[in-house]
Amino acid sequence: MTQQASVITDEMRAAIGRESEAVAYEIDNTGCRQFARSAGYTDPVFYDEGYARSKGHRGIPAPPGFLGHPIFNPARPARIPEAFRLDVPFKRILNGGTDVEYFDDVCSGDTLAATTKLTDLTEREGRMGKMLIVQTETTYRNQAGQTVAIMRGTAIRY
Amino acid sequence: MAQVYFEDVKEGQEIPAVTQNCDSQRLVLWAAGSGDYYQIHYDKDFAQATGLPDRIVHGALKHALLGRLLHEWAGEQGRVRRVACQYRGMDAVNRDVICKGVVKGKRQEDSANLVDLEIWTEDPEGNKTTPGTGVVALPSRG
Repeated sequence: MTQQASVITDEMRAAIGRESEAVAYEIDNTGCRQFARSAGYTDPVFYDEGYARSKGHRGIPAPPGFLGHPIFNPARPARIPEAFRLDVPFKRILNGGTDVEYFDDVCSGDTLAATTKLTDLTEREGRMGKMLIVQTETTYRNQAGQTVAIMRGTAIRY
Repeated sequence: MAQVYFEDVKEGQEIPAVTQNCDSQRLVLWAAGSGDYYQIHYDKDFAQATGLPDRIVHGALKHALLGRLLHEWAGEQGRVRRVACQYRGMDAVNRDVICKGVVKGKRQEDSANLVDLEIWTEDPEGNKTTPGTGVVALPSRG
């Protein structure tokens, strides 16, 4: 059996730049608190809603990096954007990098609509054999339709 | 925490470091906080079966710790505008992740006072495992 030289198929190439359907991400007090706690924050702004409001926030702000959780419902499995479910002959995945840029405040009570697209695919020979570097960009829009954040991610499949 | 003002920031200035020990409980907390339940971060057998020496710290946790570094420096009137980093080196469980930053420049854009920083995480031996950049908006003394 001959091995294909490239794991990047024509379909995968054609998907570059194609925006996914929107996935809803909810931001609530518990989510903000749990994320803040797990990152070791002690600032009460992430735990105490009254304190957050007294400091001029609409509610508990989302800690940097927290853009909510997708709504989990086993009866309605989330449709994962194709950028995150490429058909590649690799089982393992590593996170290569994260870039979160904010354009407005993100607070508890917001629901963000996230659309994701593949922005680049490159293959490399690494220490652990062939690997595929997958670049994605996710745009988060709030309930008012404003773009509040863009997350650029790099995944390494190997 | 004391408020830092745009006027007082100087290029080349180091910001106060943040050190977080990442034991297995921290990684489980993070799995729940982030929703990333990949087993290489809390199941030693699973991690080793994929070829890793042990459980590793989530890349996104290091990103969040760099966000915390910027938040704690920016103070209550400051805002974190951007946190970007690359996961160049793995950090094993049960060690400190030390977050550091240096001011690279200042600029005013759309009436915001922005500070650009080089940020990174170090392991206890001083190896930079997660280099990155950050942008923070600071208040002005006016």
